[in-house]
Amino acid sequence: MANPLKPVDIVLVGFGWTGSILAEQLTGTGLNVLALERGKFRDTVPDFATTQIQDELRYAVRDGLFQDTARDTLTFRNSEDQTALPMRHLGSFLPAVGVGGAGVHWNGQLWRFLPEDFVIRSHTEQRYGKAFIPADMTIQDWGITYPELEPHYDTFDYLCGISGNAGNIQGQIQAGGNPFEGPRRRGYPLPPLKRSYPTMLFDKAAKDIGFKPFPCPAANTSAPYKNPLDVQMGACTYCGYCEWFGCGNYSKASPQTTILPVLLKRGNFSLRTGCDVTRINLDSTGKQATGVTYVDSQGRQFEQPASLVICCAFAQHNALLLLLSKIGKPYDPKTNTGVVGRNYAYQITSAVDVFLDEIMNPFMGAGALGQAIDEFNGDNFDHGPQGFVGGGYIALWTTGGRPILQHQLPGDAPKWGAGWKKAMADNYLKSASIATHGSVMSYRGSYLDLDPTYRDVYGDPLLRLTFDFHPNEIKMSGFLTDKATLIAQAMKPRSLHAKPRVGHYSIVPYQTTHNTGGCAMGADPKTSVVNKYLQSWDVHNVFVMGSSVFPQNAGYNPTGTVAALAYWSADAIKNRYLKSPGPLIQV
Amino acid sequence: MPYRRSHMHGNLEGPEVPAPLRAPEREAEQSASANDGSSVTRRSLLNAALLIPAAGILGCSPRAASHSAIPDANSASTFFNPEERAFVEAATERLIPDEEDGLGARGAAVVVFIDRQLAGPYGRADKWYMQGPWANGIPGQGYQLKLTPGELYQTAIRDVNAWCQKNHAHSFATLSGAEQDEILHGLESGDIELADVPAKVFFTMLWKNTVEGFLADPMYGGNRNFAGWKLVGFPGPRYNYVSEIEQYGKPYTLPTVGILGRDGTRLRKG
Repeated sequence: MANPLKPVDIVLVGFGWTGSILAEQLTGTGLNVLALERGKFRDTVPDFATTQIQDELRYAVRDGLFQDTARDTLTFRNSEDQTALPMRHLGSFLPAVGVGGAGVHWNGQLWRFLPEDFVIRSHTEQRYGKAFIPADMTIQDWGITYPELEPHYDTFDYLCGISGNAGNIQGQIQAGGNPFEGPRRRGYPLPPLKRSYPTMLFDKAAKDIGFKPFPCPAANTSAPYKNPLDVQMGACTYCGYCEWFGCGNYSKASPQTTILPVLLKRGNFSLRTGCDVTRINLDSTGKQATGVTYVDSQGRQFEQPASLVICCAFAQHNALLLLLSKIGKPYDPKTNTGVVGRNYAYQITSAVDVFLDEIMNPFMGAGALGQAIDEFNGDNFDHGPQGFVGGGYIALWTTGGRPILQHQLPGDAPKWGAGWKKAMADNYLKSASIATHGSVMSYRGSYLDLDPTYRDVYGDPLLRLTFDFHPNEIKMSGFLTDKATLIAQAMKPRSLHAKPRVGHYSIVPYQTTHNTGGCAMGADPKTSVVNKYLQSWDVHNVFVMGSSVFPQNAGYNPTGTVAALAYWSADAIKNRYLKSPGPLIQV
Repeated sequence: MPYRRSHMHGNLEGPEVPAPLRAPEREAEQSASANDGSSVTRRSLLNAALLIPAAGILGCSPRAASHSAIPDANSASTFFNPEERAFVEAATERLIPDEEDGLGARGAAVVVFIDRQLAGPYGRADKWYMQGPWANGIPGQGYQLKLTPGELYQTAIRDVNAWCQKNHAHSFATLSGAEQDEILHGLESGDIELADVPAKVFFTMLWKNTVEGFLADPMYGGNRNFAGWKLVGFPGPRYNYVSEIEQYGKPYTLPTVGILGRDGTRLRKG
């Protein structure tokens, strides 16, 4: 029997980027906001201190900051005819645990999606015809447009102190930026980071071919920065320990370095860590949430009443919580009905490694220190002759040279022994890697549901992921890899090694933590879990954040869009929902 | 604060002794005697020599003196028994040979690293989902054995040595380098079938842990004296490259450091 607690106005499930943004925005209303976080409290000091954080084994290899799969994991299979088995340790993607969420261990690669990305089905049908979209591809418009989100992208850019060159300010194309981006109201708050040698070689090679390379927008500060909340950040030192680590230098934007110093002082905000939310509770009608049930770190179960419940957990976990709480109709791939768990998507990556004559010093870098081209992202090029939907960027990132996981070897290097050793000695300092970062569309057979066999520590079913790469994505990724190879050749390397993504999706090698879907947003309750304000169609006082609401994935890192959607939703909650609680859209 | 720079003097290190013979010399010794049945004896003698902490006995070139020997098996193991340790020491020496430069798995004390890792949370699979039912699945579903990494090592080493006894009449550690290489290739490809565990799964884990032990911070017991980092040219967690990052093509010259400082033999507690 759960112990009932004193009611709060708003409860947030999970306390990463979206939880922090919502808490900061909603405490401004004077209401009481409580965040429940399953992991521990962590802050720059002492948890990410530079005397301990630059430890590749502990954090990157042994998953120091990530979800503990002994407690919570998912099961996986490529297709319905297989039996899903548990992901027994992390691999393909790395969900976070703890205050700040994945906002602690990300690289800081901060992009906006293209205007066309938000209307991909109607845009594709209009430009290429309805038959261009494969029958089992379930892509849909988001129900929101780029101009609606633009002010909120801007808010997040300035919260984080983004370093970069704008490419399009109010419709005026800017030299040195990304000419393909949607119009932004103003430039980035900080100039680009210093350029590493490999990024300069990429820049020259891409220009030689006729592409328009630009510095990737970075949530790593190129200079000291004070954000609109008056939180001070320090300039990046290019130490090369961003992704999978916390920043000890207050240079990578995270909830800790941009929001928490202000938020944690507010009297109407409270945070409880070590709390696993197991259910959203509903009243007898099933149409209204009464709060949540959680288990604390001592195993005690509590019932926390709240007037408004906002799911701010990692993508798949939001879908799991809705399924366990019986909010919204679960997706059934056989009948193609239901919505919760529908339209899971991912991203597809590949690489072309280049081996050069000169010393590159790969260990000098930053998580978002890269040079990119965007000619082949979204619908920036004519897809007609290619016969696939989607695209991606091609970038040379110099995120660091951590030797266990970040060394490249020529394709013909021996796998071990004296030859491997020689290849390591010859190539570690003199190599770089060009990455392609491609979209993945949603499909009828790519979805999340409850596993019939495997259970978590509380005896609840694990989430089951059914997913594979489709021919559309393999073709698109191959196209991007070929373009990346052109740039690699233009860098005039000693040798190069193209590593296209082929075959079935595997949960084993790390690819990207850009998992999306399961709680898709949209304009039609038959194909979406939440409306354009991220409000549940079924239970009006439940909102869902994060990339779980993406109806399909785009060719960019998702955090910018995740954050912009959080600000957009917070705006609707503050200015409309709280004044008159109820569905914000009637159907 | 679990880890601090202070009070971190190695608590598991054996006596500092010069390496008596470097890998190529030992290999020459072994292959010469591979078929006359005396290799066991020679290896035993060499191992016994390792225990004598007196530089004068075996002579000491400046290079040999510059890297320390692996701690003695009996005093230093926290996980392996002597047979397991001998296997891992021998296998990792083949995977990353020391050669002339001493910058290999032996010089880096990779066996110490793996031993300590298997004794800890990794070896126990503390963060792995280890509930059944158990099934083989497809490769894309990842590791599906009921064994923790520690148990996999123990089982596989016993199986490999049984296979070696059957096919070569010796345990793995006492075979010649060429024979060991052939067996490692057989485990890697799966051509050698072990009695209880999939050979490929074990080889994959062994190789992954060997690279980790070669290139992780030396406070974990491997990468001793920064052997792995020196081989590739990684200066360690240096923290600040503001002045250097735009010096294109220039070598970085400051000395190598680890999280515990410039002494590449200090171990983290626990």
